[in-house]
Amino acid sequence: MTEPQGRAPASPASPVDVAGSPAGPDAPGAAAPRPAPPPATRLSRLGEVPHLGLVAALALLAVVGLVTVPDTFASASNLVGILSLAATIGVITVGATFVIIGGGIDLSVGAVMALASVWATTLATQSYGPLIMIVCAVLVGAGAGLVNGLLIAYGRLVPFIATLAMLVAARGLAQRMSDRRTQLVQQGNQAIVDLSTTRVLGVPVLVYIFAVVVAAGWVLLNRTTFGRRTYAVGGNPEAARLAGIDVRRHTMWLYALSGLCCGIAAVLIMARTTTGSSTHGDLYELDAIAAVIIGGTLLTGGRGSIVGSILGLLIFTVITNLFILNGLNTSDQLIAKGLIIVVAVLLQRRSLRSPT
Amino acid sequence: MSAVTPLLQMKGIVKRFPGVRALDGVDLEVLPGEVHCLLGQNGAGKSTLIKVLAGAHRPDEGVVTLGGEEVRPASPIDAIRLGISTIYQELDLVDGLTVAQNVFLGHEPSRLGFVGRSEVGRATRGLLTRLGHGEIRPGTEVGRLSPAAKQVVSMARALSRDTRLIVMDEPSAALAHDEVANLFRIIRELTAQGVAVIYISHRLEEIREIGDRVTVLKDGRTVAVGLPAKTTPTGEIVSLMTGRSVEHVFPPRPAPGSHEGRPEVLRVEDLAVPGVLSGVSFSVRAGEIVGLAGLVGSGRSEIIEAVYGARRFTGNVLLEGRPVGRGGTGRTVRLGMGLAPEERKSQALLLDQSVTRNISLAGLGRYSRLGWLDRRREAADARSLVERLDVRPGDPDRPVKTLSGGNQQKVVLARWLLNERRLLLLDEPTRGVDVGARAELYAVIRELADSGIGVLLVSSEVPEVLGLADRVLVIREGTVIHQGDARDLDEHRVLDMIMEGGAL
Repeated sequence: MTEPQGRAPASPASPVDVAGSPAGPDAPGAAAPRPAPPPATRLSRLGEVPHLGLVAALALLAVVGLVTVPDTFASASNLVGILSLAATIGVITVGATFVIIGGGIDLSVGAVMALASVWATTLATQSYGPLIMIVCAVLVGAGAGLVNGLLIAYGRLVPFIATLAMLVAARGLAQRMSDRRTQLVQQGNQAIVDLSTTRVLGVPVLVYIFAVVVAAGWVLLNRTTFGRRTYAVGGNPEAARLAGIDVRRHTMWLYALSGLCCGIAAVLIMARTTTGSSTHGDLYELDAIAAVIIGGTLLTGGRGSIVGSILGLLIFTVITNLFILNGLNTSDQLIAKGLIIVVAVLLQRRSLRSPT
Repeated sequence: MSAVTPLLQMKGIVKRFPGVRALDGVDLEVLPGEVHCLLGQNGAGKSTLIKVLAGAHRPDEGVVTLGGEEVRPASPIDAIRLGISTIYQELDLVDGLTVAQNVFLGHEPSRLGFVGRSEVGRATRGLLTRLGHGEIRPGTEVGRLSPAAKQVVSMARALSRDTRLIVMDEPSAALAHDEVANLFRIIRELTAQGVAVIYISHRLEEIREIGDRVTVLKDGRTVAVGLPAKTTPTGEIVSLMTGRSVEHVFPPRPAPGSHEGRPEVLRVEDLAVPGVLSGVSFSVRAGEIVGLAGLVGSGRSEIIEAVYGARRFTGNVLLEGRPVGRGGTGRTVRLGMGLAPEERKSQALLLDQSVTRNISLAGLGRYSRLGWLDRRREAADARSLVERLDVRPGDPDRPVKTLSGGNQQKVVLARWLLNERRLLLLDEPTRGVDVGARAELYAVIRELADSGIGVLLVSSEVPEVLGLADRVLVIREGTVIHQGDARDLDEHRVLDMIMEGGAL
C-alpha cells in the first residue's frame, strides 16, 4: 500500500475547527441563503460527536474501575488482558462493520471461526506446521464467507437467512471434523501459541495483530474506492447500481472479507486457548453485531465507522472485566450489556435526528 | 369572502430546527370548500408547514385554529382525528400490504379485534370507484402498483376518514395528463361537499385551473396571502416566489438542422421489451437534445432504462457504434452513458453523504490508484463542479439531503460531468424543482449539449420537452408515433397525438 496522501495537510486545519466548533453549528446566519462555504471539516467534525460519547462512556467505566478496584484495574497486566480478550472478537467486528455498513448482516461469524479453528488443528493440517495452519484457518474463513457472499449476491438469499444457514452448517461441519472433541495445538506447532505468550514491549503479539487488522480495516473503509463503494451499496443500492457500480459483486466481496476476518480470529483463538474446537465463538455474532451497533453503525446500512465499532467492543470488554474484578454475577453482566445496547442506540438516534 | 368563517387559520407559525428557522412567522387562512394553493420555491417552508398541520412537527410559536377552535395536533393521529388528511409528496404507503389494507391502515373497521375483511374490501372498492379508478383491485399488493395508482390509493385513504381538510403535496407530480384531469374532478367533488383542499404544486397552469386562492411563501415567511388564483399574473407570482422575475425560461436553441453533420452518439434499432415496447428506432447526435413525450406508462421510461442497460430488451442499442449488449449498467457507464433517474432521492443520491461523495460516486475509478483514493483531487474536482453549476449552498461537504430539489439535481448532473460522457439520459429532470431553479437546470442541460454530449430527455410536461429539446419523439403505447423538430410542434398537437385513441 502507498502512504496515506493528503493526511498531513489536513491536520493543521483541524485544531482551528475544534476551537471554532462550539459556536459553529448554532451560529446565526448558518441558514442564510448563500453562506460563504464554511471550513471543509466542520460537518465531518460534527459527525464524530458519537465517538466522543463512546470515549466518554469508556472513560466513565475506567473511573468506575479505578474507584472500585483501584489496585488491579489499572495494572498493566489487566489492561493487556482486556486487549487480549478483545482481540478475537475485535477482528471479527472489523469484518462485521463492513458487512453492516454495506447493508447486510453476518450471523455466521462465530461458527465460521470455530470451523476454521477446527480445520487448522486437525492432525492432517498440523502435520504441515504452523504456517500452513494459519493459511488454512484464513482460507477456510474466507471460503465460508465467499459462499455466504455468493448465496446472497447471486443466489438472492436474504443475508439473515443465508448466514443463519451457514451458522448452523459450519458449526455442524466443525463438530463432524473434530468428532466434538477439543483439538490441542501440538508441541511442534507452539509457534501458534507463541502469538499469545510472546510479548513485545509487554504486549502479546496477538494484540498487535488485532491492531494491524483494525488499521487495515480503517484504511480500506476510509481511503479506498472499496470503502467508498461499501457506503454507497449500503446507503442506496439502487443509486449505486445506476451509477455503474456492480452492487452484487461488491456485496459478495463484503461477505468474503467478513469470512477472512473470522479466519484471522480463528488463529488468535487457537493462540489464546491452544485449541481448536467446534464450541469456540459461541454467540460471537451477537457480541460483534452489538459492538458495531453501539459504535454508531446503522443496521440499515450506509453509515458507520471502524473506530466506533472498536470503541463499542472495548466498552463491552471493559464491562466484562469490571464485573469479574468486582466478583459480580455474570448474569448481571449480561443485563448490563443489554441495557447498554438500548441506551447507546437511543442516544445515537437522538443525535442523528435532523430536520428534513 | 370575509363573511365566511375560515375553516383553518394559522397565525405567526414559527418552527426552528438546529441552526435554521424553517418557518419564520407564517400566516395561512383556508375557507371551507376552497382550493387553497400554497406556492413557494423548494426550501421556502411548504413541507415544514404541512408537517406542522399534519402533527408531524410541533410549532415553536403561533396559533392554529380549526373551525374556530384552537388546535395543537401533537401527532399524525391527532391531526387525522381533527379531520386533517395529508397526502405527502413521497407517498407513505406500505408496499407489502394490499390496497385495501393501506386504505384502512390504522382505522380498520373491526369487530372484537377481527378485521372485517369483506367490509374493508367493499369500502375500498367503493372509494376507488368514486375516484374513477375502479380497475385497481383492493387485493393487489401496493408495491406492484404504478406511482399514479399509488397516488389514487393515497387519495382513497384520505377519503376513507371523515375529513374536513385535505393537504395535497404535489399530487400531480406522478400523474399523466388525463389522470390530472381526473384528480381535478375529484377535488371539485370534494370541495362541493365543503371539504377544503390545500394544494401544493409547481405547475402554475394547474393552480390556475383548480385553485381559488394562492398563498406564497418565501424563506419561511408568507409574502402574499389570498391572491386570486385565476387572475393574478404569472409574472407577479414568480417574482413573489423568487424575488426576481423570470422571463426567458428556456435557453436559446441552435439553428434547425445544425446537428445534421454531427456524429451519431446513440443509435437505437428496433428496440423491444415484451409487453411494453416494440419497434422503437431513433438516434441521438452529438450536441443534440432529443425529447421523449408520452404519458406515464407509454414506455418512455422503459426506453431510457433499456438504453442504460438497466432492463432486458431485444434489438440493437449502439453507443458510438458499440453495442450496449447485456453488460448491465456497469458496461453502459464504462461506455460513456450517464443517467439522472426519475426518482432522485431513491435512485440517484446517497442522502446522508456529502455533495462531494455524491458527485464522485460514478467516477471513483478516476481517483483510484491500486484502489487508493486521491481524496484531495476528488475534493478539488467536486468544488469546481459545484462552482460551475452554481450548486447552492456552495459547500461540497454538506450532506446532500440538506439541499433543495433543484440543487440535488445539479449534483446528479455534476456526477456525470465529472466523467467524459457521450450520452446523458435525463428522466424527469425537473420533477419537484421550483420555477426559478428550473430555468437554471435548463441552462445547464443546454450547456452540456453544446459541449458535444447527446442528451435524451423524458418529461411528463410537454412544454418542457418542446421548449428544451431540439427533436421530439412522441411515444404512445410503446411505439414511436412521431419524430420531428421540436419547433414544428406545439403543445396542443403533441397532446392530441399522445392521447389519440384513448389514454394508456
